Amino acid sequence: MSILGHRVLRKEDPRFLRGEGRYVENLPLEGALAVTFVRSPFAHARIAGIDASAAVALPNVQVLTGADVDVGPFGPPHLPGLEQGMGRPLVVVDRARFVGEIVAIVVSEGRAAGADAAELVVVDYEPLPAAVRPADAAKDEVLLFPEVGTNVAARSGSPEHDAGLFDGCDVVVSDTLVSQRMAPCPLEPRSAAAELGADGRITAWLSTQTPHQDRLGIAETLGLEPSQLRVIAPDVGGGFGAKQLNVEDVLLVWLARRLGRPVRWTETRSESMLALPHGRAAHLEFTVGGTRDGKVLAYRLGILQDGGAYPLLGSFLPNLTALLSSGVYAIPRIEVEGRSVVTNTTPISAFRGAGRPEACQAIERALDLFAAEIGMDPVEVRRRNFIPKDAFPYTTASGATYDSGDYEGALDLALHAAGYEELRAAQRRRREEGGAKQLGIGIASYIEITNVIAESEFGEVEITPEGGAIVRTGSFSHGQGHETTFAMIAAERLGLPIEQVTVLKGDTDDIARGTGTYGSKSMQLGGMAASLAADEVVERAKKLVADYFEASPADIALDRAVGRFRVVDAPEPSLSWPELAARAAADERLAELKAEHDFQGAPTFPFGAHIAVVEVDTETGQVELLRLVAVDDAGTLINPLLAQGQQHGGVATGVAQALYEHFVYDDDGTPLTSTFVGYGFPSSADLPLWEAIAMETPTPLNALGAKGIGESGTMGATPAVLSAVLDALAPAGVRHLDMPVSGENVWRAIQEAKA
Amino acid sequence: MTRIAVTVNGSRQEADVEPRQLLVYLLREQLGLKGTNVGCDTSSCGACTVLLDGESVKSCTVLAVQADGCEVTTVEGLADGAEFHTVQQAFHEQHALQCGYCTPGFMMATVSLLKEHPDPSEEEIRHGLEGNLCRCTGYHNIVRAVQAAARAGA
Repeated sequence: MSILGHRVLRKEDPRFLRGEGRYVENLPLEGALAVTFVRSPFAHARIAGIDASAAVALPNVQVLTGADVDVGPFGPPHLPGLEQGMGRPLVVVDRARFVGEIVAIVVSEGRAAGADAAELVVVDYEPLPAAVRPADAAKDEVLLFPEVGTNVAARSGSPEHDAGLFDGCDVVVSDTLVSQRMAPCPLEPRSAAAELGADGRITAWLSTQTPHQDRLGIAETLGLEPSQLRVIAPDVGGGFGAKQLNVEDVLLVWLARRLGRPVRWTETRSESMLALPHGRAAHLEFTVGGTRDGKVLAYRLGILQDGGAYPLLGSFLPNLTALLSSGVYAIPRIEVEGRSVVTNTTPISAFRGAGRPEACQAIERALDLFAAEIGMDPVEVRRRNFIPKDAFPYTTASGATYDSGDYEGALDLALHAAGYEELRAAQRRRREEGGAKQLGIGIASYIEITNVIAESEFGEVEITPEGGAIVRTGSFSHGQGHETTFAMIAAERLGLPIEQVTVLKGDTDDIARGTGTYGSKSMQLGGMAASLAADEVVERAKKLVADYFEASPADIALDRAVGRFRVVDAPEPSLSWPELAARAAADERLAELKAEHDFQGAPTFPFGAHIAVVEVDTETGQVELLRLVAVDDAGTLINPLLAQGQQHGGVATGVAQALYEHFVYDDDGTPLTSTFVGYGFPSSADLPLWEAIAMETPTPLNALGAKGIGESGTMGATPAVLSAVLDALAPAGVRHLDMPVSGENVWRAIQEAKA
Repeated sequence: MTRIAVTVNGSRQEADVEPRQLLVYLLREQLGLKGTNVGCDTSSCGACTVLLDGESVKSCTVLAVQADGCEVTTVEGLADGAEFHTVQQAFHEQHALQCGYCTPGFMMATVSLLKEHPDPSEEEIRHGLEGNLCRCTGYHNIVRAVQAAARAGA
């Protein structure tokens, strides 16, 4: 029986359970100097001067400033359409563009001495007017990059409007939605260390999702050959999209070369909240039109993306929002215009979902408004517009080709699990009773895209002298559990027990190539690469066995159930993997039992339906999430236990956006939520048990049938909860709410509706 | 510098510490016990939770000198050799960890919670652990693990 599809417990757990996680901060690095960054407290300021004399008067303290850094800038990333004139100096030279930008570097013996010295660095700031809100930045009155002449960092879609877009529509409704700025908050703050070796090569240990890409990025920024660098990502305590190469990583490598001493840095949480890129921050305007019998005919979406001070991946994300703007619906006419602008705030990059939740939030809100306008149940409106399950592959008006799906099936499963009719009956009773606490029910059907830009991933499988296997993957796990799932895949292909398979990752000297983990593409690319490399090893093993048995390789078969090679139709002779490995090792032919594979795949489109049930106190605005039913379809599941863990985490993040989290700046660009005290990171007391349900519609695009599951929870949960709160308040006349929808925002909307 | 004596995971340790030294850095940097993680600087996340004389504390909020003469248990002291503690076993079996960074703190807080409430309700678990933050699991499987550990008589 295949191990695939079983709830296998994780192989990597024991070291974490014993407190033996190999996080960067835990690595011993003898004689390492501590690096502390002095960061700008102003959102926009000219640096008139820096006086470090008091700091360097302390024993063994050095201070470096932008004038000392002869390399850079960092970025923007080479993505189509990004303004390339907005690169970030590694250390500010004359102008700080956000609170948290690096102004000076303190190098010291020990962390405490560094903190003391950083306090003594006197920076003469001349504050400049700040462009904080993206709508203000778009006016180009305050420019972050005067030499570029505009704050617009990227455009997507078309600014041309089709005057006839909504022709034939009985009903046209519009609204706005801010998918508010969030801080990714991986529990492990970033940490980096670097050491110059005697051979002139640098080893960098980074808390990153993308070690191989980081090696290339560091080399490019510092003008080195990639071969001069070894990047190691050991255990990484969460990333959520944000832990990709950043200026601090580059600076650590630069410092190790310049000083000739090992250096290390670990950010504080308060530093991380400013310096680690943020996510979302998309301002959306939508208009939907259709017929009174519930058919949507046209949809227009405008996206104003807050890119933060320097364009990173976030400024590119409106392209993904545009691509998925149609949601799970067959909408004949779609028009999208996107703009990304720089603002004097922390740069925006990827955060769990990254551009796709924004699309889902807009289209689901649009469908709800349209349903309300024509007086139809939101479930029925969705049914009338779903792309039918026999229509795949299906190309939307926004240009995405969906691989496979059953959107109505997912919604039916969610409705059944939630007990939709009973919930509506309970809601009616509450409304009739007229108490302060009202029920709301919210529905969201979603589409997701994983492996967005059709990437390739590396996998290698090697048989050990003991007859076990080593899998090397260019993918990376910062909590996802690759050491288990990739081992399951190789074990299944090789007919080995999972205990005999070891998965290696994260070291650019050990793993030939790799892209790392983001965009929920690990399984469909890295899993496939491991699977195909294992298949190649089996083919090579058959040739070896054929030599030993004096048979043709075509007549050799692997009995996967027991892991033995035999001549077809004969029980003996046979060789197990350990027997074959021992014999091959003795003959110096073990190297033949090693193969690599690069698997390139097309994007896949996971989907699902989420239903939220909330209780809203109409007197105080307090919202309690009672239930969240999540049906998520990511194709064939390799390990349903781990997939469900991804559902849970994704849903929690989606709910956190709807109800709790918002990274807030005041009008001067001063952050108001830059610690875990001020930021609304939910605890266990703020969330319910999740009702996570798996559905498996395989993709035809890879042999595993697998799509991605890592980010799906963030697609459906946010609009479902927003919809539920609005549903509870519909009798009170509330038609619009800003997220997070709890407490003050809800109370104010109720008061406004009364007025 | 002040000389203190602390019994850590059953073994008596003496150390010279600065008055401003936090317990977590005594454990991590002077005693080499890296299992206790630091996740914030506002005493919010609970990643650094250890037991001080049997009760859970956030070791970033205790000065090392305050632990003088006390018993400290860290995640390294949880297992009995190769044998997992009931709470460790439950976290493993319920898939209550992903990146693993918050896990030592959650397990230590759980040991303390179950000592106070051997058979906690879901509500008691959620409020008992609200001083610990996790970004990966959405807490569902952590709650399940605490329930499983309670059933197993942790």
